[in-house]
Amino acid sequence: MRADNAASIVDGNAAAGMLWDVFGADATTLIGVCAGCGDAAPLAGAVVEIDESAAIVRCRACTHTLFTVLRDGDGVRMVLGMLQEIVRR
Amino acid sequence: MTVGGWRPGRVVEAVAATPSARILRVQVPGWPGNDAGQHVDIRLTAEDGYQAVRSYSIGSYGTSETIELAVDEIPEGEVSPYLVEDVQPGDELEVKGPLGGYFVWRPGGEAPVQLIAGGSGIVPLMAMVRAATDVGAAGSVRLLYSVRTPRDAIYRDELARRGDDGGVAVTWRYTREAPAGWADRVGRLDEAAIRSAAWDPGREPIVYVCGPTGFVEHVADALVALGHPPARIRTERFGGA
Amino acid sequence: MAVVSRGFGARRRESDPRLPPGQYLTDDFPVLSAGPTPRIEQDEWRFAVRTEGGQTASWTWDEFMALPIEDVHTDIHCVTRWSKLETSWRGVSVDTLLDSVDTDAEYAMAHSYGGYTTNVPLEDLRGGKAWVAFEFEGEPLDPEHGGPARLLVPHLYFWKSAKWVRGLTLMPDDEPGFWEQNGYNMHGDPWTEERYW
Repeated sequence: MRADNAASIVDGNAAAGMLWDVFGADATTLIGVCAGCGDAAPLAGAVVEIDESAAIVRCRACTHTLFTVLRDGDGVRMVLGMLQEIVRR
Repeated sequence: MTVGGWRPGRVVEAVAATPSARILRVQVPGWPGNDAGQHVDIRLTAEDGYQAVRSYSIGSYGTSETIELAVDEIPEGEVSPYLVEDVQPGDELEVKGPLGGYFVWRPGGEAPVQLIAGGSGIVPLMAMVRAATDVGAAGSVRLLYSVRTPRDAIYRDELARRGDDGGVAVTWRYTREAPAGWADRVGRLDEAAIRSAAWDPGREPIVYVCGPTGFVEHVADALVALGHPPARIRTERFGGA
Repeated sequence: MAVVSRGFGARRRESDPRLPPGQYLTDDFPVLSAGPTPRIEQDEWRFAVRTEGGQTASWTWDEFMALPIEDVHTDIHCVTRWSKLETSWRGVSVDTLLDSVDTDAEYAMAHSYGGYTTNVPLEDLRGGKAWVAFEFEGEPLDPEHGGPARLLVPHLYFWKSAKWVRGLTLMPDDEPGFWEQNGYNMHGDPWTEERYW
């Protein structure tokens, strides 16, 4: 299926603001490990579909969804998918 | 005071940069300072409470309370036409940031730096050019800047002046139309053009690539094919083609 | 109160609080298919529910039309980001169909003429949430849009509303159908943007 109305497809840098809302800190340098394929990469490099309401963050190596960040009124929700591990170096 | 991370900001200057882009200087009281390459989220609220948020790279770096943004207008867009055509000095908006710890340049590294910009991807790289130059590191930084036509190059005059003054070396790439007398090829950046402009992979440069998603992917693939290790390539993708 | 930006808002995109995150309104009814449109005549059409134990209940078209039929007014949401609000359908509730069998299964695989499959938890098919629909906006459902009958599960992304449906196979464990094997979410809730996995 093709996304006709696709939100911008960018990378994890664009999710920095939403991730700040979740963690209160910059999360884009964190390394995320994908449970689907084992790839370990900075969240800044993940494939991200982002619009006003949400950011879908996917593993660049295997495309499976690592997590989704959703605006929820004044708050945010981070729904985990295939993100298995976070590493700070 | 920040509420939910949003600081009030006031536009203090708005200057046309290209036929479709504008440089905005925004004063943000209490701004904590930012590294070269970081960005902000800008939030606009209409009278009836409707809001929109967009990310923009910061062209300036350092501790000044006035930050510089360069906004390229996306036709049919919701926010960029407002920022490029409507907003005036004195207008207010909200700023969250600085954001992003990955796509940043800080002084002190030993490796040469290769910057590759596509269109408005020049903005965070301009902050890096300015920061590197200010600490005397201009000689270790090269910029390859791809634009459609000379008129579309944001920061064109400043980059030309810096190059003339012995600063960061700029290689221009025009994809649609070059200046009169241009001797090099015109068209999309390819491996050959990148090879000839960029630091040799043997110098182990850190490479920063910024621009539309398609541009970044194409350039990153070419860099890897030329022998640059993926771990030394940092990317920032903007929405769009 | 957030800082108001003078003059902002004139170019806002039309939005609607009934839209799940990341969705846009359409007045059309886009057709997205993985393959050619099957052409099934009413006299050859069958619908069957098969349980995990091998029990089967099946209906011909006439038998199906003799079941209780409901009017459904609902919004539909496609994973390709278009949403259509206030659509009307007529169909047989999946609750009615499941009443004909005994099962402990928790999942179902919907099968379609032409080979398409999609998996749906039984919890999402029960309780007045799903139908086998054969009329859209007062007209018999067009083959392009899944006629003679399609599954209708409007609270999930619309790829779960299998076109040209021919039956449900009940399963104790969840298994991926066609799009799910191609990276689309096993569940598909639009309100938490369960688009991919």
